[in-house]
Amino acid sequence: MEKERAILPLRFFAGIGDRVTTLWTGMVKPAMEETGFALSVFVNSVLSLRLAFRKRREIMYQVALCGLNGLPVAVIVAFFSGLVLSLQVGSQLLRFGQQSSIGALVAISMCREMGPVMTGNILAGLIGSKMAAEIGTMKVSEEIDALEVMSINPISFLIMPRFLAMCIVCPLLTVYANVVGVAGGFLVAKGILNVGWQAYMKEINTYLMLKDVTIGMLKALIFGMIISIVGCAQGLRAEHGAYGVGRVTMRAVVIGSVFVLVFDWFVGWFFF
Amino acid sequence: MSAIIELKGVHKTLGNKRVLAGLNLTVNQGETLVIIGRSGSGKSVTLKHIVGLLQPDAGNVIIEGRDTADMSYAELSELRMGFGFLFQDGALLNSLTVGENVALPLREHTRMTDDEIQRMVAEKLAFVGLELHENVMPSVLSGGMKKRVGLARAIIREPQIMLYDEPTHGLDPIMSSVVNELINNMKSKSKVTSIVVTHDMPSAFRVADRIAMLYGGVIIKTGTPQEFLEADDPIVKQFVYGEEQGPITT
Repeated sequence: MEKERAILPLRFFAGIGDRVTTLWTGMVKPAMEETGFALSVFVNSVLSLRLAFRKRREIMYQVALCGLNGLPVAVIVAFFSGLVLSLQVGSQLLRFGQQSSIGALVAISMCREMGPVMTGNILAGLIGSKMAAEIGTMKVSEEIDALEVMSINPISFLIMPRFLAMCIVCPLLTVYANVVGVAGGFLVAKGILNVGWQAYMKEINTYLMLKDVTIGMLKALIFGMIISIVGCAQGLRAEHGAYGVGRVTMRAVVIGSVFVLVFDWFVGWFFF
Repeated sequence: MSAIIELKGVHKTLGNKRVLAGLNLTVNQGETLVIIGRSGSGKSVTLKHIVGLLQPDAGNVIIEGRDTADMSYAELSELRMGFGFLFQDGALLNSLTVGENVALPLREHTRMTDDEIQRMVAEKLAFVGLELHENVMPSVLSGGMKKRVGLARAIIREPQIMLYDEPTHGLDPIMSSVVNELINNMKSKSKVTSIVVTHDMPSAFRVADRIAMLYGGVIIKTGTPQEFLEADDPIVKQFVYGEEQGPITT
């Protein structure tokens, strides 16, 4: 009995040790490994940009592919977001008789925040998943190994064109989303709040600063980088056949979407 | 003959399975070594160690006198230029046509003109009997045809070391003979060093200068085809003659 009582504190500390070990091996270590791997993919992709001219055809193909896939969804979502934004903000402004300011509020919100974030999230789902599934399938079917054996660096051959394409496409689609969102906002302003085109545009011209647009574009550029690197890095980690490809595809979407929001906060806070 | 490839005490565990347990193997310049062994015995893993796609947990892989573990990525890439690797399922890039797949090493590593590349691709595709399939996508090819395209791609830069992972698996007997003949031609004409991984014993006996049997993560016997035919070791005998009864259990 005495002996057992003496052992009790040891068991307590051993239990803590077990839990820390489990947490380390089960969560912290894999997360750190994954982050390190994604960072190495990012650095190597940036270093491979010197080969961009040689890969221009593949880059243009990826731009067209990502852009055409993303454009319809980004435009539809931006249009309805503009409508909803204008309706919700407008209904509050109406209470104070300030509905004429709606143009500036919709435009600033779209350019600074909603345009890039919505486009980023749409592309994380559409393109991030596509990249992870595509690269993942190549990984499990030994196509990546075949490239390595042929002394072709998979990063410069496969990842860099996708990375650069997303750095172009994400800001480009954000411009479309901003314009369509502002246009959607105008429909509500005109139809429900009785604000005319000239008043709507006058407010935008007065209050929308170049800085608002630039910050939005910077966010879009960062989101493009994140989505492509997360998608490709996840794909490169695929193993165990179709199950593994499905797993990394899901992870690419989840991690990409979360990181879009996390970096949105950091960039927004930095430029506050 | 001098050793061009040496594996010394190579250990490898994948997941929870110990695949290689101190494997020792020497491949001499210009010879064709066939590695035989059961499915899952680590034959393909051994090949992947040789080209640096896998690094050993312990032990050394020495190619032309240099340990691959000490090489940088650039040095390893340079080394791989001298290798041709035929993957089990061809490992063709599905987004490229057959012709583009075969041309890929030339486009990436040489300054050859389009016409020269085109001529080389046509020649190699004719060599594997697929001259009419240049513009076809890999997805419409049969398994055997993919393997032949993979072979054309592997030999297009005329490598000095060829690694074949199950070269006759999934091929009809006639095409198997063609591939076997091709391996022999590569040796006689270009003095290519070849390592063939297979469990197709007729093929092994047709192409091998030496055979090595992998069992339990180690090489249990090396010798000439004749020595394998006359082997007393019950494990080797059972495998070579495909006997159901014996020390190797299913």
